Amino acid sequence: MTEETNPRVGSPLTRVRHAVGGLGDTLRDRWADAPRWQRWLVYVLLLALAIAAPSPLIGSFMSPYTDWTSLLFNPIGIYILLAIGLNIVVGHAGLLDLGYVAFFAIGAYTLAYLGIKHGFAFWPTLILGMAFASISGVILGAPTLRLRGDYLAIVTLGFGEIVRITAVNTDAIGGARGLTPVPHPPSVFGVEFTLDPLPYYYLVLAMIVLAIVFSLRLERSRVGRAWTAIREDEDAAELMGVPTFKFKLLAFAIGALIGGLAGVVWSGKVIFIAPTNFPFILSATILAAVLLGGAGNIPGIVVGAFLIAWLPERFRGFADYRILVFGAALVIMMALRPQGLLPSRRRSAEIAEHTGSSMGAEVADPRAAPVEVPK
Amino acid sequence: MTGPETTQPAVPDPGQPPALELDNVVMRFGGVVALREVNLRVEQGQIAALIGPNGAGKTTVFNVVTGVCRPTEGAVRFLGQRIDGVKRFKIVKQGVARTFQNIRLFANMSALENVMVGVDAHHRTGAVGAALGLPWHRHEEKQGRAKAAELLDFVGISHRLTEGASNLPYGDQRRLEIARALATDPKLLLLDEPAAGMNPAEKRSLQELIRRIRDSGRTVLLIEHDMGLVMDISDRITVLDFGQKISEGLPREVRADPRVIEAYLGAPADAS
Repeated sequence: MTEETNPRVGSPLTRVRHAVGGLGDTLRDRWADAPRWQRWLVYVLLLALAIAAPSPLIGSFMSPYTDWTSLLFNPIGIYILLAIGLNIVVGHAGLLDLGYVAFFAIGAYTLAYLGIKHGFAFWPTLILGMAFASISGVILGAPTLRLRGDYLAIVTLGFGEIVRITAVNTDAIGGARGLTPVPHPPSVFGVEFTLDPLPYYYLVLAMIVLAIVFSLRLERSRVGRAWTAIREDEDAAELMGVPTFKFKLLAFAIGALIGGLAGVVWSGKVIFIAPTNFPFILSATILAAVLLGGAGNIPGIVVGAFLIAWLPERFRGFADYRILVFGAALVIMMALRPQGLLPSRRRSAEIAEHTGSSMGAEVADPRAAPVEVPK
Repeated sequence: MTGPETTQPAVPDPGQPPALELDNVVMRFGGVVALREVNLRVEQGQIAALIGPNGAGKTTVFNVVTGVCRPTEGAVRFLGQRIDGVKRFKIVKQGVARTFQNIRLFANMSALENVMVGVDAHHRTGAVGAALGLPWHRHEEKQGRAKAAELLDFVGISHRLTEGASNLPYGDQRRLEIARALATDPKLLLLDEPAAGMNPAEKRSLQELIRRIRDSGRTVLLIEHDMGLVMDISDRITVLDFGQKISEGLPREVRADPRVIEAYLGAPADAS
């Protein structure tokens, strides 16, 4: 167990925390011990649920005010996809990125610009959009990933704004007026992508499944171990032979790639895009989804992103108060379960013990920072 | 305080370059001089010890060797090749690994995963191989897992395989750090106070472990305050005080050196 406090003692808040946390932790631990066939059964059931999700029966409860299938595509599906991408950067490598929306914008603008001005088709542009986002992640990361903590957060925040403001001021990509009409994807197996949100939902669902599979595989490989090691103690990681800079850059590139993917998929449906679609608050919202769900753990962040996307829509009936309700829900959540709904085992222990990347005495001298001299 | 001298001093082979050589190394931090023209030679296949009072600059020597600090002056050679100024992870790849005075495990990874990070130093799988689950990646994973388990067994904590590193008892954490360092397959292993906080029984088995490491063909340089252990196990001892080398030689020579007795033990030789 990660928390050693006796649930019977402590403040009322601590006690409620234990009650709330117990369920999530039990689930996670049972999952860790479950035999293979049970896991596959759960995967299949979840996938079946996701496929059946757009049915009006579910929709009438989940979304009495808005078209449910549209919601499932955007914001729910898109937020989940973005959260999976940001989770690699924040949850695994422990790099605080406050400008993640920039990669979403780059993906979206790639399709809009190339599609409208040069007649590029959807699928090749999907690859290009991912590539451009990823390259821009490397361009952002190469000079900035030498910074740590707060400094990195500030620079990425600036990057997000730079991309948005550049879009506003560049007439070639429509300036503040934006771009329209962004082409839809061509039909697949006879399914037409038009105004009906259903095919788009299945498209984004397919992308989410792919992103989860790749993300999990990375997590359980040398790459994922290197990320975790960097998050826990960057200096020790480097002294165990982890090329930390390279792996941080890789986390940035892969996170950006998934952000770009989300951007292309999203813009393929919306017809019209403008710089106002990519505000800082979107970066913050996705970050909230990752932290709320439990950074580092895919099921957690999927649930987190779902809630962040769905709650404000569900409470549309409260009119102007819905954001207040949403904010209150977030505050209560973080008070009761600071490590997120379904945190990874490692991560929750880190938060409980405050052990994340504590610096030992002997390597902490700032003048002893990385020396790079060609030999 | 002396045990029987079980270690035969290994005879250095004159044809071989020393495992480690510090050549007039000066390390300054602003106005503070941590190392003053330190010369140090560790022959291959030996267990060498670095001793001295607190603040003598012992850990700074380790930091200079592992690339954490770049020496202000002088050269560091590993198997005859200069390694000062080389990036830290590249020095590890060349074959230098270390442990830390205040344990620095990846606290929330399991013991096995900690060691696998070390094994990974020589792996090449990138993101594409891992994401697609390509055959060589699976092969490396399997091999790495086996090697990590083997090393945990070697240091005697194979029963802790899946436990979180921070949940291990103190002595086992020290052993896990050694296993993690060994996982990078070092030719030179630097141990920074490996016996700190251990009880006599643990110290004895640590001593035996360090010998086994040497016998597996690695060179060991250790910083240690426990004189009994150092005298027992070391082939050669170097003594630092205020960043300067004040003595070196065989354990019995160092023990008899009046400068050492004065600087390190502080009082006339009640130790012998």
